Order: sequence, then structure tokens, then C-alpha cells
Amino acid sequence: MKKEKVVGLEGSFAVSEAVRMANADVIAAYPITPQTHIVERLSEMVAEGELDAEFICVESEHSAMSACVGASAGGARVFTCTAGQGLELMHEVLYIPSSMRLPVVAVVANRALSAPLSVWCDHSDMMAVRDIGWIQMLAENNQQAFDLTLCAFRIAEDNEVLFPTMVHIDGFHLSHVIEDMRLPDAEEVAGFIPDYKHPFALDPDKPVSMGCYGPPFIYPETKRAQEVAFENVMPKILETWKVFGDRFGRYYAPVEKYRMEDAKIALLTMGSYSETAMLAIDELRAKGEDVGLIRLRLWRPFPFKEFREAVKGVEVLVVLDRCVSFGMGGPVCSEVKSALYDQQKKPHVVGFIGGLGGRDIPIEGFEYMIQSALEKVKAIERGEEVETEMIGIRE
Amino acid sequence: MKKEETDLFVPRLVTTEENFAPGHRACIGCGEALAVRHVCKALGRNVIIVNATGCIEVFSSVLPQTSWCVPWIHTIFENVGAVVSGIESAYKARVRKGKIPDKNVKFVGFAGDGGTSDIGLQALSGAMERGHNFLYCCFDNEAYMNTGIQRSSSTPYGAWTTTAPYGKKSIGQATWKKNMPEIAVAHKIPYVATACPSYPFDLMDKVKRGLEIEGPAYVHIFSPCPTGWRSPPELTIEIGRLAVETGVFPLYEVINGEYRLNYDFTDLKPVREYMKPQRRFRHLTEDIIDKIQARVEKEYLKLREKAGVK
Ligand SMILES: Cc1ncc(C[n+]2csc(CCOP(=O)(O)OP(=O)(O)O)c2C)c(N)n1
Ligand code: SF4
Ligand SMILES: [Mg+2]
Repeated sequence: MKKEKVVGLEGSFAVSEAVRMANADVIAAYPITPQTHIVERLSEMVAEGELDAEFICVESEHSAMSACVGASAGGARVFTCTAGQGLELMHEVLYIPSSMRLPVVAVVANRALSAPLSVWCDHSDMMAVRDIGWIQMLAENNQQAFDLTLCAFRIAEDNEVLFPTMVHIDGFHLSHVIEDMRLPDAEEVAGFIPDYKHPFALDPDKPVSMGCYGPPFIYPETKRAQEVAFENVMPKILETWKVFGDRFGRYYAPVEKYRMEDAKIALLTMGSYSETAMLAIDELRAKGEDVGLIRLRLWRPFPFKEFREAVKGVEVLVVLDRCVSFGMGGPVCSEVKSALYDQQKKPHVVGFIGGLGGRDIPIEGFEYMIQSALEKVKAIERGEEVETEMIGIRE
Repeated sequence: MKKEETDLFVPRLVTTEENFAPGHRACIGCGEALAVRHVCKALGRNVIIVNATGCIEVFSSVLPQTSWCVPWIHTIFENVGAVVSGIESAYKARVRKGKIPDKNVKFVGFAGDGGTSDIGLQALSGAMERGHNFLYCCFDNEAYMNTGIQRSSSTPYGAWTTTAPYGKKSIGQATWKKNMPEIAVAHKIPYVATACPSYPFDLMDKVKRGLEIEGPAYVHIFSPCPTGWRSPPELTIEIGRLAVETGVFPLYEVINGEYRLNYDFTDLKPVREYMKPQRRFRHLTEDIIDKIQARVEKEYLKLREKAGVK
């Protein structure tokens, strides 16, 4: 029997437990709603001696990520967390660990971006960091927040990976909500996350120069090498999730399907609203409709193969974005369309934008999107132009 | 010992080992490159250096070559204070957790005046305030040289730069040089010093002192730049000396809040002598030079007072 406890934990505390069990060496973070409970809980753990780590109370998120880069180059296991504006302030630095192969682990409690000021959840912060070269995955509940954070350390630090890894947890929906979850035994976790050794950490006994200057005759080769290495991380992610599942009984996949058997219509969601979407699917299935749900668990690298596999046989794919790419619709919808473009047989893709700045999407919202998508498909077939609809807006 | 004897003796105490290798791409007569070389001699090999973007990084690390014989990392322009905090913390944690043996490794940040007193000030202030154990060297060539001689807050009053050009309505830089060493002092860190490669032994001593002191140490190094100052490359050392002898850049230390003036001049040379070989000042009228003279004297007196020199 596996030793584990069932506990009621807030998402922030679940993440903190994962960082404690992973025995992180250095944490550098700056408080921002709705991530604050994570920094507070971790500070408490360090203060109580429950976690033997250096907690660097930096003066900004820019410095948080910079300190993480330094600590990771120094060979430490490193963690940070942020949200919204904080992730944006980090932006410049985010490219560094991915380009220099430094396995920082970050949790983002997703938050809308100013203006107007909003501390509530959407995915604008996540979408603004699509191209930073980090492995990125999403949790839908607190159990997953814990599990994926643990997995992130093992994936990132694998010497064949060595890429920073980001776990997105929806701000408030996860960070501040208490849920039942299973907390494994610390020793079991220690067995899952091996001791970490960076192959060329900064060390006076073996001097290396990191972050050199790259003129045009060499810069593209460095980027090519990075891209090739990044494409090769997928097997390691799958392997880690398999080992995790075998050990702890919960299995994860890059694209997860819910009631997709023979589904002609599929809804695609990311993050915590997926759970509401499931309820909507249940209701529609009860009415006899052929609908199912696809959730993107892995956002980067984009799981092309698994995604195309998941939509086989689907006629209409309804995509929910919690972000606006101004002048371009929803970013996830655009990416999904581009992932399908080369396919011989592909579904109609209809995008919606909703849940901005913490606005709720009730079950009926998902039902509405599906009904409305069917109308839009008819319009598309008549040759009409269909725009991305923002749902739930008071005119 | 008589002075002549020490003059012969002191240079022999300096290691012949180069920790900053030759063959880099700095301009001829670059005061920054010379300062880096001296600093690296003083640092020895048991250090990790964090470097900001700027001339030093660009002239020393063009892929696939490097001048650095010690572990060295550059990431971006404005975060040296934070990166060095991270490395120092990583070392502390890993030693404490028994993951690596304690070999008394030292951590050092390098940045230009722009990377220190402008864009990197926040990260540096944070690192000093948190009390990390590191030495920070600011190589002050009084402008953003790497990007083409744009003004910084460390550019002196009246100097020409490409973003503070003189013209019908401009004298050049219209603001007084930001006093970065005093900002470091205000953080109440244990060691602050000014130095200049024209005084190499003084410079190396200060670097060693800063390295050995527990807690943050800050050394501000005046680094003449012939390219940006429009001065003859062979006068770099001379110009550094004149900066000190005119009181434009006094050499001093602040150890646990106590000021010590390392070279005191009862009769300062006129600032004109310092400015003359530098074409960045050549447009200045007599009255502006007088204004600068008065300011330099006033500041120098204040410093003497702080150092308790009568
Ligand atoms: C965020 C950011 N802004 C601007 C730059 C462009 N930039 C690179 S180096 C530099 C000036 C460096 O000046 P300083 O720190 O004084 O060093 P120096 O080159 O004079 O030695 C600037 C403006 C940059 N690299 N990053
Ligand atoms: S521009 Fe100035 S500081 Fe930069 S390498 Fe040339 S002389 Fe040195
Ligand atoms: Mg400069």
C-alpha cells in the first residue's frame, strides 16, 4: 500500500508542499496576488526549518527570475512563483534560462493584465510568454497543481532536458480554493525526484563562460541547437508522467480527453474551467448530443501529434480562449488552427473568448458556445465571415 | 624601507598569472580592460564572476572564444545584483545541505556605470540591502560606451555624448554626475571604495579587501575610455592620474562607515589640466569650467571633512 494522506489544501499550499518535498535549495520570489499564499507558505516553511532552502526576498520579479537564473547556474534546485504583472516584469529574463539550459521551476497563478487593474484570473499572462522556450503545462485542480509541480522538477532537471518548466494554476480558482487532495509520503516523493546535478554548473574547479556574445556567424546555430533540444523533451515528459502514474496512481497526458468517444463536436479548454466544461458535457451527453471535451495539459512544446489524434473524427471544434490577441482573436484558437492546417481531414474550428479578468463562465456558458458554434459553422458553410465572439458581455 | 625600495618590491608581489586572458577586443588604450585585468589578478581563481551587458562582456566573450579563466556568467544588462544574489545563495544552500564542500568561493559582480547607476541600480540596491556576501565592481567610463557613447547618470557635467551633444541650446551633459559610491555608502554596507587603474596597487588592494570582507562590498573604478572621451589612447593612465590629482575623482575607502582618503592633495591641480586632453570637454567655455572647478573643490572639501583630514 502506498502511504498517503487525504488532506484539504488550498492550491497555493499544495504547490508549496510540492516544493518542500522536492527539497528545493533556492527560492526567489516577489509577492503578487493571487500568488501571495505560495510565497507566504514557503517563507513559513523555511522559517520553521521544514524546508532547508535559501529564500531570497528579492525587490522585484525581474530580480526574482534573475536570482533563479544565477542560482540554477550555480547548480541549485530552484523555484519561483508569480502571476500577471509579475510574469510580465520577468519577461526579459525568462528567455535566459531556456537559452542557457537552466532548469528553473516556476508556478504561475494566472492573472489578467492591466489596464484596468485586475487581480483575477485569465490567461493573458500565460499567452504573453508562449515563445520563451519553457516547458509549460496547466493544472485544473489542486491535486494536479501538486502533482505537476513535482513532475516539473524531475522533467526540468533531467540532464537530457535541462529546460525551465512552468506550471500554470488559475489564480484564485486554484490558488485560493481548498480542495481534498492526496498528499504522498515524503520518502516516496524523494524516490521520484533524483538528486540533481547540472553537468556544467559554475565552479572555480571547472571554469566555464556562460552567456557569451553571439554575432551573426554563430547566433543562428545556437538557436537551432536550442530548438532541436526542445523538440526532444517530449519523450522525457511522457516518461516522467508514466513513472509518476505508476508510483502515485495518477496519470497525465499532453492532451486529455473527456467523453470523446464518437464525439462529433468537441470543446477545447485549458485550466480550471475545464471542470465546469465537463459538467456541461455531461448535461449535453444526457440530452443525447455527441459532444466531448479536449483539454490541453501541455502547452509547450505544443503536442501536435496527440492533439491531431484527439480531434480525429471531430466535425466541429469549439475553442475557448481566456485571453485576447488584439486584432487576431484568441491565441489558443489561432494555434489550434495552425496545428490543423496541413491535415487532409480537419474539423471546423470556432473560437470564443470568455472568462476575462475573473468573469465566471457558468455551465450554460459552455452549452451556449457549443450551440452558437453550430450556427457559426452553418454561416461558414454559406461562405460568410465569422468573427471570434466574446461571450457574456453586457452591451 | 625607503620609497625607492618599495617601488621595486611592490610590483613583484603581484601575480604574473593572468586570470583575464589577452586577445580580447577592447579598443587600444581601454581603461576598462586594464582595470578588469588588475581586478582579476587581485581576485584570483576561486571566484565566480557575474557580468552585465556592456563593453566588457562584448569585448571579452565573443563566441566561440572567451577571455575568462574563471567561471563567468553574463545574462542581461540590469540584473547583476540579482544574479550574484542567486549564485551566492545557491552556494550557501548547497554547502549547508552537504551537497558540495565549502571551498570559500567568492562572488563578484561586474558592470559599467550604466549597468550600475542607471538600469541596474534597483537590483544592486536589493542585493546590498539583503546583505549577500559579494563584491561588486562598477567600471565607470562615464557613459554607455558599448552602444555608442550615450550619456548616463554618471556622465560628468558639461561632457559631450551622443545623447547629450553640445549645440546652440546645449552645453552637453546638463546634470552633475550621480555619486554612486555615496549611494552604496547609504546602504550601510561594510566596504565601499573608489579606485582607478592608474593606481594599480591601490586598486588591487581594495579589490582584495572587498573580497575578504563579510557582506556586500562595492568598488567604483574610474575607467578612462579613449573612444568615448575622445582622448589619445596613450594618455589613459595619465588621464586617470589627473582625475585623482585634480580632485575630480578622489580615491577613498569607507570601511564600516569610516571614511579614509587614500591620496590627499592639499593643492589640487586645476580641472583644466584633466579636461584638456579630452575632446568631450573641448566645447566648454571658461565660465563653465570655472563652475566645474568650484564644484570639484567644494566636493573635495566635504570628502576631506568626512575623512577627518584637517
Ligand atoms: C534592457 C536593455 N536596454 C538597453 C540595452 C542596450 N545596452 C547594452 S549595453 C548598454 C550600455 C552599457 O553602458 P555601461 O553599463 O556604462 O557599460 P559600458 O559599455 O560603458 O562599459 C546599453 C544601453 C540592453 N542591452 N538591454
Ligand atoms: S569604447 Fe571605451 S570602454 Fe569600450 S572598449 Fe573601447 S575604450 Fe574600452
Ligand atoms: Mg559606461
